[in-house]
Amino acid sequence: MMGAAPRLKDAGLAALVALALAFPLIGFETAESGVGFTTRFPWVAIAGAAVFAGRLLLGLLPQRFHLRQRASRSTAVSDGKFVKLAAAALIVFAVLLPVLPFASRRSIDLATLALIYVILGWGLNVVVGLAGLLDLGYVAFYAVGAYSFALAVQWFGLSFWEMLPLSGVTAATAGILLGIPVLRLRGDYLAIVTLGFGEIVRIVLNNWTSMTGGPNGIGDIPRPTVFGMPIAPGAPAGVTTFNHVIGIAYDPIQRLIWLYYVALAVALIINWFSLRIRRLPVGRAWEALREDEIACRALGLNPTTIKLSAFATGAMTGGFAGVLFAARAGFISPESFNFQESATVLSIVVLGGMGSQLGVALAAVILATLPEFGREFAQYRMLIFGAAMVAIMIWRPRGLFTVRAPSVRLDQT
Amino acid sequence: MSALLKISGLRAAYGQIEALKGVDLTVGAGEIVALIGANGAGKSTLLMTICGRPRAAAGTIVFDGRDITNLQTFAIVRFGISQAPEGRRIFPRMTVLENLQIGATTAAPERFDRDRARVFELFPILGERRHQRGGTLSGGEQQMLAIGRALMSQPRLLLLDEPSLGLAPLVAKQIFGVIRAINAEEKITVLLVEQNAHHALRMAHRAYVLQTGSIVLSGTGAELLANEEVRAAYIEGGARGAA
Ligand SMILES: Nc1ncnc2c1ncn2[C@@H]1O[C@H](COP(=O)(O)OP(=O)(O)OP(=O)(O)O)[C@@H](O)[C@H]1O
Ligand SMILES: [Mg+2]
Repeated sequence: MMGAAPRLKDAGLAALVALALAFPLIGFETAESGVGFTTRFPWVAIAGAAVFAGRLLLGLLPQRFHLRQRASRSTAVSDGKFVKLAAAALIVFAVLLPVLPFASRRSIDLATLALIYVILGWGLNVVVGLAGLLDLGYVAFYAVGAYSFALAVQWFGLSFWEMLPLSGVTAATAGILLGIPVLRLRGDYLAIVTLGFGEIVRIVLNNWTSMTGGPNGIGDIPRPTVFGMPIAPGAPAGVTTFNHVIGIAYDPIQRLIWLYYVALAVALIINWFSLRIRRLPVGRAWEALREDEIACRALGLNPTTIKLSAFATGAMTGGFAGVLFAARAGFISPESFNFQESATVLSIVVLGGMGSQLGVALAAVILATLPEFGREFAQYRMLIFGAAMVAIMIWRPRGLFTVRAPSVRLDQT
Repeated sequence: MSALLKISGLRAAYGQIEALKGVDLTVGAGEIVALIGANGAGKSTLLMTICGRPRAAAGTIVFDGRDITNLQTFAIVRFGISQAPEGRRIFPRMTVLENLQIGATTAAPERFDRDRARVFELFPILGERRHQRGGTLSGGEQQMLAIGRALMSQPRLLLLDEPSLGLAPLVAKQIFGVIRAINAEEKITVLLVEQNAHHALRMAHRAYVLQTGSIVLSGTGAELLANEEVRAAYIEGGARGAA
């Protein structure tokens, strides 16, 4: 516990720093005329006072934040009960979402987007969170998935359901192709090379006009059918629409709901798969590789196959997300696959607490929907985003869910 | 006694630095062989070179009649060599049990339960701590885990790099006891690098002294223990007369 005097001193110090910063940043303003500047020193004083008060308040906040943090570090295993309950609640909510009162075309569409980010987060989590390979070009696999789908539709007339698995395969292949040259790299070097890979894919898509349509993108991407039957107002001869079969009138929202459920199903399958694979030797090997590559070798693990399998699994997941993205938008172009997407997905993994399925899902939902909520007050969007980041770094420096659940338990020896 | 591991003329280098300058060394099946030497003599390098990292620049390493000199590390380990490397290198964020599981990667899965039970019998504290994260174990417990993890791959040859490093005398003694036990009861051959020369030589059937990349002395443990030079150089308070 701190006494009053040191607290005041601490707050005073913070206020001083704030004043020093505020003096040039807030204290001067370019004059309306554009020449010279006007001063606004009262605001500098207000900023200083606000920081003083804020810092003081922060110090008075119960220390239990810190205690809790320490506790979560020292115990090996937290009770998985809370996590399980939260996950179950989240799944129930997700299943019921389209029938909830606030469900609208916009909210369901947004929820689908959030699910796509959840899938992306889980995919990158395998690479970064589990295997510890920092990948800044993850968007490349998202793009490969989306473009394989769109191109297969355009050239071969394949459908969503045919291309969902196939795009996973092409993305996984791209993952292995990227993996092979970077096998020897780790950390910063790996990050830079993967960053380059992401850019290469985007630039190729942008410039290979004859194949990809370049910046104009590819349109007319079909939505998923319901067991081969489209959801549509009317159908060409020989095709029965799903709404006709079940005898309800067509409403555009039905398509959105169906796509939402398809995305939810894909997400749940991926979640199930991720939870299983952590307990299998390959999943354990990913984590061991993250911890110590030399020890892995000394124990007979082959880092090459471990890394490639992590890249391939992550990329495949990204490919699935890409197909869903293309089906949702009906149109794709290279600008949807820029570095910012990679950065967003990486923030999802980091904020979620590397390696935690639930944490990543929550972070994905927050990061995917935040910009939408923020749009009403667009000017505060970055501010909220930044504040959320700072808050997490203060209280949850290792992500929303910091505790790594062990992959195996054994009750008697 | 047949040779399980036969190293001849082995050289290894890190760039320009020659760490091994033609090492000949034999480990017979069922033996405990100690390797002692000053800091920087190349002991760890020798153990690592057996596992293929760094690669041998010259010479051969034959394990159980098979030339393993140019095999990949993971392939070498699959033939039945496992190492508790210098600095333990356990997986800090994974639990004791998970560390053991990774150790068992190359082993037959149906033997896992039995091997795990055996490790917990050798090191009961690991059994109590089986769900604790590796990084939060004490130094001695981490060392036990490193040895236990190496044992999980059912090695025929166990390479131990300074297992008593930084341990309280009593814990070190316990570790040496376990090494003896696994050698006697499970017929696991051991090549042991140790700074604690006194203990190592008493326990070892045979021993080698490595000096700046070359073997300068070899003999039975008892012979080296009685050797004046060895006592002067490697055993604290062991110099009789001349230093
Ligand atoms: N990765 C490396 N890169 C460059 N030089 C190395 C490397 N590892 C070891 N060396 C050098 O090789 C020589 C032998 O090192 P080694 O680790 O084998 O010694 P050691 O006998 O195990 O010593 P200690 O008892 O201190 O562990 C030393 O001169 C060391 O500086
Ligand atoms: Mg050493």
